Amino acid sequence: MRVTTTVNGTERTADDVWPGESLLHLLRERLGLPGAKNACEQGECGSCTVYLDGEPVCACLVAAGQAVGREVTTVEGLAPGQSLHPVQEAFVEAGAVQCGFCTPGLVVAAHDLLARVPEPSDPEIREALAGNLCRCTGYEKILDAVRLAARRRATR
Amino acid sequence: MTTAQTAARTTGRIGENAQRPDGTLKVTGEFAYASDLWHDDMVWGVTLRSPHPHARIRRIDVTEALTVPGVSAVLTADDVPGENAFGLEHADQPVLAAEFVRYEGEPVALVAADHPETARRAAARIRVDYEVLPALTDARRALDDDAPLVHPGGNLVRHLRLRRGAERPTAPVVVSLDFEVGMQDQAFLGPESGLAVPAEDGGVDLYVATQWLHVDQRQICLALGMPPEKVRLTLAGVGGAFGGREDLSVHVHACLLALRTGRPVKMSYGREESFHGHVHRHPATMTYEFGAECDGTLVYARAHVLLDGGAYASSTAAVVGNAGTLGLGPYRFPSVAVDAYGVFTHNPPCGAMRGFGCVQAAFAHEALMDELAAAVGVDPVEIRRRNGVQEGDRNITGQVIDSAAPVAELLQRVADLPLPPALPEQPDLRDLPGAVGNTTHGEGVRRGVGYSVTYKNVGFSEGFDDYSTARVRLQVTGGEAVATVHTAAAEVGQGLVTVQQQIARTELGVEQVVVVPADTAVGSAGSTSASRQTYVTGGAVKAACEAVRTAVLQRAAIALGRPVAGLALDGDKVVGAGGEVLAGLADVLGDDAVEETVEWRHRPTHAVDPETGQGDAHVQFAFSAHRAVVDVDTELGLVKVVALDTAQDVGKAINPDAVVGQIHGGSAQGMGLALMEEVVVTDGHVRNPSFTDYLLPTVLDVPPMRVEVLEYADPHAPYGVRGVGEPPTISSGPAVAAAVRAACGKPLRRVPIRPEHITCT
Amino acid sequence: MDFLQPSSWDEALAVRAERPDALPIAGGTDVMVELNFDRRRPGALLDLTRVGELQEWSIDDGTVRLGAGVPYGRVITELGDRLPGLAMAARTVGSPQIRVRGTVGGNLGSASPAGDAHPPLLAAGAEVEVASAARGTRRIPVAEFFTGVKRNALEPDELIAAVHVRTARGPQQFCKVGTRNAMVIAVSAFALALHPDRQAVGTGIGSAAPTPRRAAEAEEFLAGELDWAGRAALPESLAQAFGERVAAAAAPIDDVRGTAAYRRHSLAVLARRAATWAWDDLRRAA
Repeated sequence: MRVTTTVNGTERTADDVWPGESLLHLLRERLGLPGAKNACEQGECGSCTVYLDGEPVCACLVAAGQAVGREVTTVEGLAPGQSLHPVQEAFVEAGAVQCGFCTPGLVVAAHDLLARVPEPSDPEIREALAGNLCRCTGYEKILDAVRLAARRRATR
Repeated sequence: MTTAQTAARTTGRIGENAQRPDGTLKVTGEFAYASDLWHDDMVWGVTLRSPHPHARIRRIDVTEALTVPGVSAVLTADDVPGENAFGLEHADQPVLAAEFVRYEGEPVALVAADHPETARRAAARIRVDYEVLPALTDARRALDDDAPLVHPGGNLVRHLRLRRGAERPTAPVVVSLDFEVGMQDQAFLGPESGLAVPAEDGGVDLYVATQWLHVDQRQICLALGMPPEKVRLTLAGVGGAFGGREDLSVHVHACLLALRTGRPVKMSYGREESFHGHVHRHPATMTYEFGAECDGTLVYARAHVLLDGGAYASSTAAVVGNAGTLGLGPYRFPSVAVDAYGVFTHNPPCGAMRGFGCVQAAFAHEALMDELAAAVGVDPVEIRRRNGVQEGDRNITGQVIDSAAPVAELLQRVADLPLPPALPEQPDLRDLPGAVGNTTHGEGVRRGVGYSVTYKNVGFSEGFDDYSTARVRLQVTGGEAVATVHTAAAEVGQGLVTVQQQIARTELGVEQVVVVPADTAVGSAGSTSASRQTYVTGGAVKAACEAVRTAVLQRAAIALGRPVAGLALDGDKVVGAGGEVLAGLADVLGDDAVEETVEWRHRPTHAVDPETGQGDAHVQFAFSAHRAVVDVDTELGLVKVVALDTAQDVGKAINPDAVVGQIHGGSAQGMGLALMEEVVVTDGHVRNPSFTDYLLPTVLDVPPMRVEVLEYADPHAPYGVRGVGEPPTISSGPAVAAAVRAACGKPLRRVPIRPEHITCT
Repeated sequence: MDFLQPSSWDEALAVRAERPDALPIAGGTDVMVELNFDRRRPGALLDLTRVGELQEWSIDDGTVRLGAGVPYGRVITELGDRLPGLAMAARTVGSPQIRVRGTVGGNLGSASPAGDAHPPLLAAGAEVEVASAARGTRRIPVAEFFTGVKRNALEPDELIAAVHVRTARGPQQFCKVGTRNAMVIAVSAFALALHPDRQAVGTGIGSAAPTPRRAAEAEEFLAGELDWAGRAALPESLAQAFGERVAAAAAPIDDVRGTAAYRRHSLAVLARRAATWAWDDLRRAA
């Protein structure tokens, strides 16, 4: 089947999509956007988090056909051109990245949190990021990154 | 008065918090992991795996699979051109099962097709006629006379026998326990993936996520029947490893399919397949006994450690080596009798995972140290401090510990850290056991504190020729000095790329350092495991940089007419003793590049005596201590870890922030094993191959962690470094387990601790 | 496999009738896992996310009609005051990303014994509204909706339209035990609703029987013993006895997530605590 959807502001079309295919497969394998990651395929790790119509979702649990006519924003589309979004900058600076496989999903989840709650408390950060597993960092520097991004946002 | 300009000092050297060169790519989603690889005209490979833990394959019929439109190849054992065998230490594992399958999930056949779904549907049409055979799934039965044989040579992989001191020691205080450790999974987030591209010379180029390119290459060559020059490997982006990528996964399979189809083949496991597609941490059954004086001074230890190696050898022998030689912890024992066994079963194969044999043993020896403390009436910190080894002591293999062994200080450091405040009257649910599950508002909650101190060998031991190779080039291009570092060392997330840059900046005084992708075009770097790469590949890069620097300074000395001795490199310049600029690098090098390749080894280690286990088995030891604070809902058995603080001696922190990051992550993995992580295997079948039921700690499970980093340089190691990655994974779990015991008063002789163990229901 | 995407409720019912082999999908949080893990290959997917009628909720005469396609996230933010038990349960579902997509209707469709929405719906005495093109609409008490492990009372041509839940007349609690502090499937779960208006107690047990179920005998026992008029403190012995009766109503099994014995034990503890909290809330509100 044919799937047409708006991804990072651009309308994209893919043909011969298997109806059981996920939005994640569509993005990664057909639209050349491998930023969202394939780590569990069952919504238990958050590595594939993207925005669907402005809400953070696990792309592995959205059927490609469900995204038809919707707006998808991936980690590749958070900041224009070569620039970094402040959340991305904070992840680099805080040392929140090791292997980095969880990073794109966490960046989107943190981006969403700070858009909703500009100055989150630690329990709020933890509850908001509880759907994103990281195996490398023990989360400490990820929390640092979110706090850093929030502080920068507040002082801007 | 001289007007000579002083060079701006090169930044990003060792000891500084240099940023990762791949950080920006990783936060933007542009970093190319193995599962992101894509090639024009590529097809997808999938694996058909055995549903049985033990069976004879009577017949495989692929006819129907081949008729599925879109399928380009279906392969079985008959299609393996070389030797149908691989393995890290013994080539005992078939690339594709031929006569027998020996564990659930063993690869039996391969399919290549134009879409993964097509390949899966075709694989489902392969008819395998199995004769199911009795399976050996209880490691404790493996050495019984009537146990089914997993391999013709018997079920023993290795027995390490270690004897030291008195033959029949006695002591006034004796404590003992049995302990079990469940099977942990590395659970790296990036699934096993690779892309094999057939080459015009008849060979193949493989882009793969791995820990050790050259040991992969050796095994692939054996299976393909090809020389190394035709099997070229390049490291693709690695989404974590933790030991689970030391053994082969997609490697040979993707190459076989690529060579058969003549097309690039991508293979990428899903999470369920990943649980079957790599080795796990060995489950352990242990019996320990410590004898001590009435004041708690240790007199003797007896230990029996049984590790379930599963169906194939993998690195079981080396894991047994660690569990035996290091399995009593960093304590002084006048007399010792240890027997460590690794056995074959029809369970999933087990091999390398962060902590490698020390993790399992640490749960037992640390639980027993707490028992001893209680028996003699001293506190857990004091009992450990009293018995901890010091520099110059001999460990249980008789090896002198010839650099810092700050056991007492590490314990003191964590003990001195402030304790977290008590729970408030009306705590936030998220701070309670069970969190928003709303299982308690404080009822039944008790706090416990636990301590642990452990040690681990760094690098490969027992006489292994452990080396790394580095090629370093210095040249000036476009007016800018650039150092290029080329090794085959696998960056798996730990930050070795940054370390390599920092070393080159330090040694060559050059800001721009490019670490080129790791591949087999340069010599082996050894494995990214055993906490060894900063030490060994760091040592190789340092040595290669020194060779380059010597060559450059010799040229400069001639050009400047000064002795080499007074010259140095800094700020992209040749400088004098006072830092004054004497020449630009372009002036010295012109268009030339200076390149040196160095193979670098650490001090040799030695095999242990087969009868006594005595010998200088290890090159370096790394020590760490943890203090865990937990709140336990003692009625429901739910645990909230409140704090997990640690102190670790790292010798020299090349990148202090990255060191702390490693310690955080390692601590979280140890905590996971203590509380929730287990591959549950029943009758040889994995019952929870998914992230729904194999539980990794979330950000609501891992507490704030304070890290005290000590830097007692090891005089034998480059810059004094000491391996960092594994120690925290070893000492954190036992501290958490001890804290839970302290909170609930139950013995808890098995990890992961499940709620029903605490409630005794 | 086909992808069927009706844009109205009538169309959805027509498609459902025509294609008994189609698997309805809403948030995808169950269905996509089955597809990704190669456990299921239905003839078609019937995507309900374009059916606007399913995405709405309304209140009529003190009862919320919650469209089957309303995600958990909206239950928490929009209905937390009216349906507190369901909202508490919704907060424990998966992760934020799952709560944005997953729906109560989908939970009912999957009918897993571990479904988080089920215990509070049972405790509140909810009714499931289902419909078919041929026979129109019918309402099924939620306690009769679950017919077996992952089986429900839907006919092959029916779809779930909504669930009807009375707004809370008294305190409600939901408790869920898992072996991790977030993103975990229930080892056991318990929901309690006090209905002071009719001096009744509602319960719901999750993950401890082939289906989610009420603890009817325990409900009657507690309702009969509570001091509804005087609102005297709940004696610990009574809370304990209630907990034991709730545990007795379960029929748990051993599985990879927990043992039967632990499930029973934990239910007794959860029920005791939930009853105490709810009764204290009621006393405070008085």
